[in-house]
Amino acid sequence: MKPKISSQLAVFALLELARSADRQLSVGEIGEKYGVSSHHLAKVMNVLGRAGLVRAARGARGGYQFSANPRRTTLLDVIQLFEDTGSASLDAGHSTAEGGALLRVLHEVGDTARATLGSITLATMLKLVDRAAAGHLPSANHSGAGAHRIR
Amino acid sequence: MKRAGRTTPTRRAGTAERRDAVRISRVQAADMPYVVALDRRVTGIAKKAYWQSLFALYGKPRLSGRFFLVARRTDGRGEPILGFIIGEVRAWEFGSAPCGWVFGLSVHPEARLAGVGGAMFDAITAEFRRAGVKKMRTMVARDDLLPLRFFRSEGMMAGPYIQLEMDLD
Repeated sequence: MKPKISSQLAVFALLELARSADRQLSVGEIGEKYGVSSHHLAKVMNVLGRAGLVRAARGARGGYQFSANPRRTTLLDVIQLFEDTGSASLDAGHSTAEGGALLRVLHEVGDTARATLGSITLATMLKLVDRAAAGHLPSANHSGAGAHRIR
Repeated sequence: MKRAGRTTPTRRAGTAERRDAVRISRVQAADMPYVVALDRRVTGIAKKAYWQSLFALYGKPRLSGRFFLVARRTDGRGEPILGFIIGEVRAWEFGSAPCGWVFGLSVHPEARLAGVGGAMFDAITAEFRRAGVKKMRTMVARDDLLPLRFFRSEGMMAGPYIQLEMDLD
């Protein structure tokens, strides 16, 4: 699964802001770190603001502050603001047995993805970021180990 | 291997408050009525015989690689047992090298978000390390978000196995 660029930017922006309730960053500051335009990021921040996850900060510096609970806000909460994570669909073959079988598998993939995204809060993500920065995050590529040998 | 039955030290910085809040130690026979009651309250199912068998299998300190730990409150008020965690070292199932499996965890509903689960997690992690294993696993229902988010917050990630099942009609 590859989240849309808006979802990715939303997660990045929230991780930057969620480190501290007092932290205040402009879209320019966030955009510079991730190499994206302020224009695109501003649209993302508007969506996050309407969802109550960030608020526009007052004062000369402007920018945004995090306004939610990082232990209660999951990746799924964020990504769902920008894309449909709910349903598997086919472009053809809907009424065939083959289409039904493929949909069943796609539902399984989607259920697993949603469970993963729904189980990881921003607070957990910040821990992962710290571990990654320290070089302690294991590779996502698992070597297959198994007792079953199917011929 | 160092035996439990005493306060188990935790490994990470920032967990001092966890140690202060509760004391983690091996389950005792006198704890079992509280464990059974806690499980009944959390799951809605009374299963005394199951817990008796678990105590027989995992409650003996001399049994290597099996850990049934409880969180005891330190302020002397209210229910004495605030949670439990159960696990064991298993080897070569599914082709896996020896690893620690956590298969039971519960925290009293009124003691949640206070570090009790984290303290028990730290304690059983320390036990597994002393037992010589370098990997810890558990399994959580996909829609059981509370424990799923807890284990995630403690650093657990999806592993290399996929759980499969089928209905037997």
